[in-house]
Amino acid sequence: MEINEKNIKIWSTIGPRATLGMVALELAKKIDNLMVLTSDVSTSAGLDRFRKTYPEKYLDVGIAEQNMIGVAAGLASENFNVITTTFAPFQTMRCCEQIKVNLGYMKHKVCMVGIASGLVLGTLGYTHCCIEDIGVLRSIPGLTIISPADSLETIKALEAAVKSKNPSYIRLTGSSNNPIVYKDDYDFQIGKSITLKEGNDITIFCSGTMVHECLVAAKILDSKKIFSKVVNMHTIKPIDKKAVEEACKSKLIVSVEEHNIIGGLGSAISEYKSSLEKTPKQLFLGIKDSYSEGGNYKFLLEKHRLNSEKIVDDILNSIN
Amino acid sequence: MNKNQEIIKKINNFALNSRKNILDMALAAGASSSHFGGALSMVEVVSTLFASQMKIDNNNPNYEDRDRFILSKGHACLVYYAALCEIGHLKKSELETFEKNDSNLLGHPVLNKDLGIDFSTGSLGMGLSLGIGVAIACKKKGKNYKVYVVIGDGECNEGSVWEAAMAASNFNLDNLHVIIDNNGFQQTGSNKEIMNSDSLVEKWKSFGWETTELDGHNVSELFNYFEVSKKIKKPKALIAKTIKGKGFSFSENNNDWHHSILTKSLYEKALNEINQK
Repeated sequence: MEINEKNIKIWSTIGPRATLGMVALELAKKIDNLMVLTSDVSTSAGLDRFRKTYPEKYLDVGIAEQNMIGVAAGLASENFNVITTTFAPFQTMRCCEQIKVNLGYMKHKVCMVGIASGLVLGTLGYTHCCIEDIGVLRSIPGLTIISPADSLETIKALEAAVKSKNPSYIRLTGSSNNPIVYKDDYDFQIGKSITLKEGNDITIFCSGTMVHECLVAAKILDSKKIFSKVVNMHTIKPIDKKAVEEACKSKLIVSVEEHNIIGGLGSAISEYKSSLEKTPKQLFLGIKDSYSEGGNYKFLLEKHRLNSEKIVDDILNSIN
Repeated sequence: MNKNQEIIKKINNFALNSRKNILDMALAAGASSSHFGGALSMVEVVSTLFASQMKIDNNNPNYEDRDRFILSKGHACLVYYAALCEIGHLKKSELETFEKNDSNLLGHPVLNKDLGIDFSTGSLGMGLSLGIGVAIACKKKGKNYKVYVVIGDGECNEGSVWEAAMAASNFNLDNLHVIIDNNGFQQTGSNKEIMNSDSLVEKWKSFGWETTELDGHNVSELFNYFEVSKKIKKPKALIAKTIKGKGFSFSENNNDWHHSILTKSLYEKALNEINQK
């Protein structure tokens, strides 16, 4: 699976879920003891080919997420390298205590992938949107939480998480025709944020699909002579403390997330920032602790002021 | 004495020592109390498994081909610690640290491979799923070990038990045994008062398990059951009809002993009762 312009375009077109299926196929070639577990979502998670190609490495537990995490932990305890996946609300909250006990307390190394997190399933209502997963999981000790910016970063994050010794949650946002953030190969390390654009006035921290929106927003701000640094904080736990310290040199810190403003990226940044002296104000952009009416992705991003135009407006309002 | 009689004697001896160890730990717990009743109801089952069924290396708790044991009803840890002591994974002196600060032996098992504790359990409804994962792993690795999971009848209130029950037969896990401690009580009352779990045999059968009900304190019946059932090519469920607090006049079928304090005088009384048998 060569990282080149053509493939990056393909992965962007098919979106993070189908990309997940492709990565799983590649990982299965390299990792003998890989197991991929789903709860009746093989098609949604792009795993139809995987299911047919590697039936011995695939296990569908039915619509039973609590059991999925327990079975995954049992396999991990016997040294299998396990990925679980289903829609983000069911991957995280339905089986939250199983995650706490099996992955947190017992430290079983399982990589969970929450598909269609954030607002992308807005037409189906908030049963299927997921604006709480990071907040819920961040309070469980020992879990790594990653929110990839695009399809290439989904690949990078999965490869890194599978290699890592720690249990992890990978939060997939966006849909097919996912905007491309990374046009070339790059170095991805869990816990090490990536500065995508420099600027001395403001630091914008973002993750997931918000990275692309923030890059567009930053360009608009440039044209208004407000120069912002854009940092892809792909790993939300452990948070990159150095990047937060560095950001404190700017006049304003902005956190942008397709998640409730309580408990997510913004919270993680501010928890550390509040331990530092003389730090700038932080503007929290995200879903303002409410369940709105449903609607399509574009509609909901606009409604929650999470497209580039609204991000610019809110930053300008905060400055002026 | 024929071979089987010798084994039965060994199991009975294991059970006797387990009850004594349980008394010692419950006394050591002092005012912090211990889950006494639900441990005593499993003494014969756990003794039969550890003394006659399970492949164990007394010198190596991590022996790869060992049979796996998961105490899903983790609050019954006294019987587990007692068994680990009997097989030499735990020192007798360590039992006195039960529920003390920094102890390896808390009121629910904490994963500790050096002591032979493969999983932290106690949050009810989780152990059978773990057992499924371990049983699948065993088959994928081409190993022959068996997986024994002990769950409570009260624990069967948890929906996750039934998610797992459904999956085990779907995955044809004939290396998986579940033992349901059917002592008829849960924390705050009888099953009938709190959540009626009658028809456990029918329930487990209908989920695709080879299901048997028998007296969970009759060691020879238990021994025969495990000998025969391990050859059956289905996941096996044993509904063990038991008595909560079994072994002592003051605790049998007395749900006050779900979690209670064993005083020195009751400890003496209990020891006396054991010695008179």
